[in-house]
Amino acid sequence: MEEVKLFGAWPSPYGYRVIWALELKGVKYEYIEEDLSNKSDLLLQYNPIHKKIPVLVHNGKPISESHVILEYIEETWPGNPLLPSLEDPHGRASARFWTKFIDDKALPFAMLLMTDGEELEKAAKEVREILKILEEQGLGEKDFFGGNEIGLADLAMGLIASSFGVIEELAGVKVLNGDEFPGLCNWVKKFKENPAIKKNLPDPDQMFVYYKQKREMLINSRAALSYK
Amino acid sequence: MEEVKLLGFWPSSFVYRVIWALKLKGVKFDYIEEDLSNKSELLLQYNPVRKNVPVLVHGGKSIAESLVILEYIEETWPQNPLLPKDPHEKALARFWMQFGVDKIRPAIFAYFRAIGEEGEKAKEFQEVLKIVEKQGLGDQKFFGGDNTIGLVDIAFGMLAYWLECIEEVVGVKVLEASSLPRLHAWAQNFKQVPVVKDNLPDRGKLLAHYKHSREKLILAASSSQ
Repeated sequence: MEEVKLFGAWPSPYGYRVIWALELKGVKYEYIEEDLSNKSDLLLQYNPIHKKIPVLVHNGKPISESHVILEYIEETWPGNPLLPSLEDPHGRASARFWTKFIDDKALPFAMLLMTDGEELEKAAKEVREILKILEEQGLGEKDFFGGNEIGLADLAMGLIASSFGVIEELAGVKVLNGDEFPGLCNWVKKFKENPAIKKNLPDPDQMFVYYKQKREMLINSRAALSYK
Repeated sequence: MEEVKLLGFWPSSFVYRVIWALKLKGVKFDYIEEDLSNKSELLLQYNPVRKNVPVLVHGGKSIAESLVILEYIEETWPQNPLLPKDPHEKALARFWMQFGVDKIRPAIFAYFRAIGEEGEKAKEFQEVLKIVEKQGLGDQKFFGGDNTIGLVDIAFGMLAYWLECIEEVVGVKVLEASSLPRLHAWAQNFKQVPVVKDNLPDRGKLLAHYKHSREKLILAASSSQ
């Protein structure tokens, strides 16, 4: 029998992407929670270069980098496809383009969590611009980035559905609103309604506690480092 | 046959990745030179999100981001495969391409922009390349294997040619045979691959291009003191 292990660290959105992909495809796996402040020997053995999660281990062979793992899962377990077929290479390229897009734009989202005052305002403005591009160019008239069904790009965007609301609350900003972003708000709703996703969403209250602590720590350390 | 166009910018190593992949697969294409300081309507139409090159246009549909384009080329024209068949080996290839994005690119950037800290940044860059040499290349001639280049070689192509010009302009060597023997050998071998050898930007022009960029940086650094 095939052995599938997933190393993750709650509530990492990158870890959740892989969880969602495995769940959507009905792949049985063992989940191993890592304490990133005390990384296990196993993690260091399976991802010696970056020492990060997520790491998928299939029959003893490790794969790291979330989008690389997703492509591996898609190819190894082709049931319930998360990419258009090979007959539609442009559709596949589009999914990869949007996955790369959101990964390249991770910093402004992180800044929402890590900053306050003027820096926070600047981050909120950048995130608003990113969401505008996603709304108009990414989603367009579609229900999902993948078209009629959830695809790899939707999983990459998943943090917008799963943790963004909590980040906004902690930062005291409301960027993702129904007036400016009706398509995205509809996408969030539909994404979270999918049974496999619904069963695997981080608990908002637990996330609030976790990110609140993180935010305080990060803001304090940035204040200590900055020169006035 | 459907028309293939490539929008590019002559000094860009990202553009050359696409040129090499298309040529290796024997795909005919029209090359359109873009002036990035004065972007054409065509570019803005075909890449409205990021407004940069390279952009591949096939049968009227556009694809942007060089690594995404490489995957598209690999899937659309499967002859002369540039990715391994085995899914785990394929994942490793993609891992290294992502390593290029996450580690190599920032290291080059820091090294090129280092005014007064060139030696330090060169050393940091070398540390990154040591990982590539040891864990990525190993004992193979190319990242794609002993006999054939693949997408990782293509993605790392800038290290084999563009880096030499950058080293000359910055004044501190990074990819030396003494400290990175196997990667240095790879660079020499890669440049000899016919499709690469016949498709490289003019060295003199590239040198002048980097000199100009660096002079601007030095000027900006000295005026902010």
